[in-house]
Amino acid sequence: MSENLEPLKPKDLGINDVEFYEVEQTPAVGFLGSMKGFWVTFSTMFKKPLTVEYPEVKAPTEERFHGRHQLNRHPDGLEKCIGCELCAWACPADAIYVEGETNTEENRMSPGERYGKVYQINYLRCVFCGLCIEACPTRALTMTNEYELADDTRAKLIFEKQDLLAPLRQGMLMPPHPMYPDMTDTNYYNGDVKQAHPSQESQ
Amino acid sequence: MTTAELIGADPGWLIVVKALIVFAICVFLTLMSVWGERRVVGRMQQRPGPNRVGPFGLIQALADGVKLALKEDIIPTAADKVVFVLAPIISATTCFMSFAVIPITGEVTMFGRQTAMQLTDIPVGVLYILAIASIGVYGIVLAGWSSGSTYPLLGGLRSSAQVISYEIAMGLSLVAVFIYAGSMSTSDIVAAQSSWWYAVVLFPSFAIFVISMVGETNRAPFDLAEAEGELVGGFHTEYSSLKFALFFLAEYVNIIAVSALATTLFLGGYKAPPGLGFTESWLGGWFTAIWFFLKVLTFFFVFVWLRGTLPRLRYDQFMQFGWKVLIPVSILWILVVATLRVLSLQNAPRIIVIAFASSVVFIIMAANIGFENAKKKKEQSIAEGDNKTAPKFAVPSLPIEVSTINVSQKVGDNRE
Repeated sequence: MSENLEPLKPKDLGINDVEFYEVEQTPAVGFLGSMKGFWVTFSTMFKKPLTVEYPEVKAPTEERFHGRHQLNRHPDGLEKCIGCELCAWACPADAIYVEGETNTEENRMSPGERYGKVYQINYLRCVFCGLCIEACPTRALTMTNEYELADDTRAKLIFEKQDLLAPLRQGMLMPPHPMYPDMTDTNYYNGDVKQAHPSQESQ
Repeated sequence: MTTAELIGADPGWLIVVKALIVFAICVFLTLMSVWGERRVVGRMQQRPGPNRVGPFGLIQALADGVKLALKEDIIPTAADKVVFVLAPIISATTCFMSFAVIPITGEVTMFGRQTAMQLTDIPVGVLYILAIASIGVYGIVLAGWSSGSTYPLLGGLRSSAQVISYEIAMGLSLVAVFIYAGSMSTSDIVAAQSSWWYAVVLFPSFAIFVISMVGETNRAPFDLAEAEGELVGGFHTEYSSLKFALFFLAEYVNIIAVSALATTLFLGGYKAPPGLGFTESWLGGWFTAIWFFLKVLTFFFVFVWLRGTLPRLRYDQFMQFGWKVLIPVSILWILVVATLRVLSLQNAPRIIVIAFASSVVFIIMAANIGFENAKKKKEQSIAEGDNKTAPKFAVPSLPIEVSTINVSQKVGDNRE
């Protein structure tokens, strides 16, 4: 039996027939050329390190760096978000969750019919591609340059609406409040509203 | 009075004190050199290196050590437990032992007694260091073998092959020093260099020693055993916690030890550089320790510089360099040195010495010209398209289907 199952020899496989040669690589540089590297490292020692001492020194990002999102406001303080969910649909990472709600005269958060009642961005999923910003029809959603988005629990990295909303600036009123007198939502988008009207404050 | 006699008169308590001092120096230098290496390599790469723990990051190495000690100590199931524990102990102890015969200072007063800062002085001190270094290889090879895992085994074999190979070149480079100093005792060798350092007189030996000491300590660019891309961590892949720390310690103490040996044998040890001898009488014997450590740190800087500059060698090229270049060159150099030494000891006429030296130079030049000619001829034949000598690059294997079919037929025939 064993004589029938003789192991294959290299000769049978033709392995020995395969030619191979040692490749001689002639060095492109001489002795001094190969010593150049030592000078590179030695002279680099006396250059100023490029390191930014991060927690103490924070280098500014590029102007259009994709950082944390922000939900913007109209100049009178009403929110720009209309709860259309286009951002959530555009998101390739499925990081955005929006629930819209109808504005009423008692509870008006944005000009027009609807506002975003729930707005969540999950920064564990977000890839900062900016497609949501491109999708937003009212320019409600933009990105800031803030990049320090680390935390110790997963729950803390799901940002709610209040975490994303832009702060109130001068001339803004905290919604809910009525729209600017005699202005439609179209006026808001055309930029006719410059700041809050005293009558908006009363309620 | 020679150093040997001076040290021989030490009482027991002084020997204990000296042993403690030597140990403390080794540990302290290790901590500082780990920090120093990371700082220097950092600067070479235009970054600051560790600078957060303590002033200038000075306590970084200590913090790393504490962290290592607090880590979980894992012994793999497949490991041979006794040997696995023994290996780092062998590595760490042997590297400290070689420091025993290194003369750190000249004659000094220590606790009211005249002595020298050298633990012991034996007539075969350098041989002792080589022997201890060879025992250190056991730590590496046993660690690789006892881990019961493939990569440590390969890494351990690579390391030990490397250390053993380069030990030969190292030992041979020392022969010229022995011939010139007429002694193997470290203190005698230092004393013999009072006029000229052997780094100058025996420059080829010095060059070979410096190269082989990098190979011997498994350091970049000869750190093939720790090639992360191929062998993970080499022989200490399976080690963790304090056992790993011991290997780490051993590596750095080894670097310090070979640097100290190089200082002792080639750079005049604790003796001040030529022209600065007055500092010794100026500030007393302890000042010599400063010269010693300056020289050791210079060597250490060279180690770091090499690591920062050179890429890792391929294993076969490395071995080829050791066996086919360093060892033959050492042997030839020893022949020349021995002949010159015999001629000068026997007061041979100057003309014979000059004739011998010039014939050696002539032979080297002739050989060099021969090599160049052969190289040129080869290049020429390549240019002329001569297939015999033209370099051929590795090509895909020739079609072997025919033979394969034959083989399968044959096997089939046999089965029937």
